Amino acid sequence: MDNVSVSRRTFLRVTALAGGGMLLGFSFEPASGEAAAGGTAAAAPPADFTPNAFIRISPTGAVTIVAKNPEAGQGVKTSLPMLIAEELEVDWKDVKIEQAPGDAAKYGWQFLGGSTATPSNWEEMRRVGAAARQMLIAAAAQVWGVPEAECYASSGRVHHRPSGRSLGYGQLVDRAATLPPPDLRTVPLKDPKDYKIIGKATPGVDNPAIVTGKPLFGVDVKLPGMLYAQYVKCPVFGGKVVSANLDEVRAQPGVRHAFVVEGGTDLFGLLSGVAIVAETWWHAQRARQRLRVEWDEGPTADQSSAGYQRRADELSTQPWATLLRQDGNVDAALASAAKTVEASYAYPFLYHATMEPMNCTARFQDGKLELWTPTQDPEGAKQAIARTLAIPAANITLNMVRMGGAFGRRYTHDFVLEAAAIAKQMPGTPVKLLWTREDDVQHGMYRPAGYFYLKAGVDGSGRLVAWRAHFITFGEGGRPARDAGIFAGNEFPGRFVPNFAAGRSLIPSGVPTGPLRAPGSNGNAFVIESFLDEVAHAAGKDPLQLRLDLLAATPIADPPPPPGARNFGPGFDPARARGVLELVAEKSGWGRRRLPPGTGMGVAFYYSHRGYFAEVVEASVSANKAVKVNRVWVAGDVGSTIINPSGAEQQVQGAVLDGLGAAMGQEITIERGRVVQSNFHDYPLLRMNQAPPVEVHFRLTEHPPTGMGEPAFPPIFAALCNAIFAATGERIRSLPLAKHGFRWAG
Amino acid sequence: MTVELKVNGRPVSVDVPGDMPLLWVLRDVLDLVGTKYGCGIAQCGACTVHLNGEPVRSCTLPVAAVAGAEITTIEGLSPDGSHPLQQAWQELDVPQCGYCQAGQIMSAAALLAKNPNPTDAQIDAAMSGILCRCATYLRIRAAIHKAAEIAGKKAI
Repeated sequence: MDNVSVSRRTFLRVTALAGGGMLLGFSFEPASGEAAAGGTAAAAPPADFTPNAFIRISPTGAVTIVAKNPEAGQGVKTSLPMLIAEELEVDWKDVKIEQAPGDAAKYGWQFLGGSTATPSNWEEMRRVGAAARQMLIAAAAQVWGVPEAECYASSGRVHHRPSGRSLGYGQLVDRAATLPPPDLRTVPLKDPKDYKIIGKATPGVDNPAIVTGKPLFGVDVKLPGMLYAQYVKCPVFGGKVVSANLDEVRAQPGVRHAFVVEGGTDLFGLLSGVAIVAETWWHAQRARQRLRVEWDEGPTADQSSAGYQRRADELSTQPWATLLRQDGNVDAALASAAKTVEASYAYPFLYHATMEPMNCTARFQDGKLELWTPTQDPEGAKQAIARTLAIPAANITLNMVRMGGAFGRRYTHDFVLEAAAIAKQMPGTPVKLLWTREDDVQHGMYRPAGYFYLKAGVDGSGRLVAWRAHFITFGEGGRPARDAGIFAGNEFPGRFVPNFAAGRSLIPSGVPTGPLRAPGSNGNAFVIESFLDEVAHAAGKDPLQLRLDLLAATPIADPPPPPGARNFGPGFDPARARGVLELVAEKSGWGRRRLPPGTGMGVAFYYSHRGYFAEVVEASVSANKAVKVNRVWVAGDVGSTIINPSGAEQQVQGAVLDGLGAAMGQEITIERGRVVQSNFHDYPLLRMNQAPPVEVHFRLTEHPPTGMGEPAFPPIFAALCNAIFAATGERIRSLPLAKHGFRWAG
Repeated sequence: MTVELKVNGRPVSVDVPGDMPLLWVLRDVLDLVGTKYGCGIAQCGACTVHLNGEPVRSCTLPVAAVAGAEITTIEGLSPDGSHPLQQAWQELDVPQCGYCQAGQIMSAAALLAKNPNPTDAQIDAAMSGILCRCATYLRIRAAIHKAAEIAGKKAI
């Protein structure tokens, strides 16, 4: 390999555009420093073919595909490389998958959130693979002196159809590296009917390491000379250290350092706290028992969940602060309706409860910071450090490690900032910060609680003619708190009810909030889909049919949502909504099965993150309120292709079971400005004996495939509560169910 | 204090505080990080290992209390990842995030050692102490049945 060919190698630059679109373009720069360094031709080992940042083919034919995005169990470390491998024409079993580091300049937008990985990479990753395939075909055609059109690629080889000759990719790397890359926008893609990898159930690429206990997760990182840290913050969010008995803590066995980090006032940034750094995590934990801190608890120490509910009830009797949407004349329609239904709903703060608590390993040396961190947003983490700790982003190396769950929690960089701040205090010494479970429960970025006050009217024929919703959430100065304002007012049945009004009022709060699996939608869906069930019963209509009837109308035009009200995925398609409702009706035997007393079925539908999901729960409830979910049926529409059917089924089943657990028992309660709950004994997750069968059915439609991590989650809350109503006649208007005396059977 | 342990068949000697839970000895001292921290109060089961063949929560087990005992972690379940459960877990693609799976597999291994063909109810009874936030429970249950089948074939 000579230097000329090395210097002409190309790599792909993917630039994130505002709005999440991706621009693919080539840059004629070396793919890596080692390639550019050159050295003497004699000493250099045979070079790999690196047509872009995501593919490496060695002269032996070994193929490495780089997994672009952070992995937290949603399956992209498997599914995104599958897209490349499909178009590259290699056998999946022959491919090695490597996790990309956080490097936006090289890999483009690397992000976990909003179920965006599939829609934003479906096209791009396939084109990346196809471009490399075309270069290898071109290289073989040159070797043989034949037209490219006579050649095709399969299983890591290029074949010449007329002569039957073939060459392995490894034999073509030298020549392929000298070729100009094709234009990604026009590179030919495979006909989906020829797919060999996409659409095949494919086990997670890390499974072998997981089942044998190999180091894989953030908590597993170990570096030579590494110390272990805990970081103790004020129980009231944003409180500050006034003083601490650091000398006593330093005198504890195994403790190497104890110091105060000043921190700031941004609840999502670096907050004031005490760092304890020790030889093992347990030494830090023991020393922490001796720590005494005087806190300045700040201005929010008198807040409580009960107080928020009282304030919401007060505000509900007043006009809303912000009108979100208005169609027709809702007051007149309610006044003249044959029947009206009125109810108030509430849902609680939720905690993410990732099995792996927040953690980050950091080493600061010679002005440079290296991180090993489970993060959903590597670029955001770098920027946050640059802003907070004055370490330029260019001096930060971020290694992405597998996450033991994320669900939106690891989108915030608080724990990364803490680790970086601690490491900066001890240059040269790597430090692993690991939160205790109690830290994790009590310093979360909670799904905001929310309060809805609703009134609906039906006409003499049982048609829904009026709907009024007053949404009360957290925020100040007209601006909702983070992820607290995700109700645009146009969510179904918005746009399908002729007289409709939705508005919003805000309550100030000191609780840090953030995205949790289908943010906004998970609360909205509980409320809206439960209240629709109430309307159906008041109207004497079948709840599923009521939805189908509403969706048969042409929707009212949709003006853009007001500032601060996010609306996931424009372009709600009523036909796709009807499609999943009809499919779930068919699969569950809706309305066609005779159920014993005490058993009921509930349905709910929600559209979020570009996905359409309808779910039916069948539940039996005993006289003493023990609930047994007999089965859940799910019908989803996420477009034309299920990229990895195994992963897709996992995401849906996981979302449904996760939601059942949350609906039954989960609530974060605020008292005296702090979180009451502390661990899994008072924040219960669903357990195996409580997990019902979950049937998953997909309706394939002519739309580009979209993400799976979130949209199956929102409907399950109302589907369960509606089933309980069908079984018992008790309407659930606030969660969790345990507050109303329900519990799981068995 | 110095504590003598036998971990995955290998005798080891560690110098740690006697009240240090076995979990942290495994993870931070012996570099066996397959066993995971989840709650620290024996509520989630991510830290499950075998103590003389019995599943125990290593996060609340002081190391001094297990001196001399036979301890098996996920790393020692089989020499080459070929335990029927490890095979079944991969075949049925059980993990999502994967964090809790060592605890799940170790609990299931203790169950199968005593009951080679458990029913769903017996699986639920043995496994309900091990939390999975991704809720992979349906596949875990299926994989335990699958492992029983694999082990049964081997035995023949």
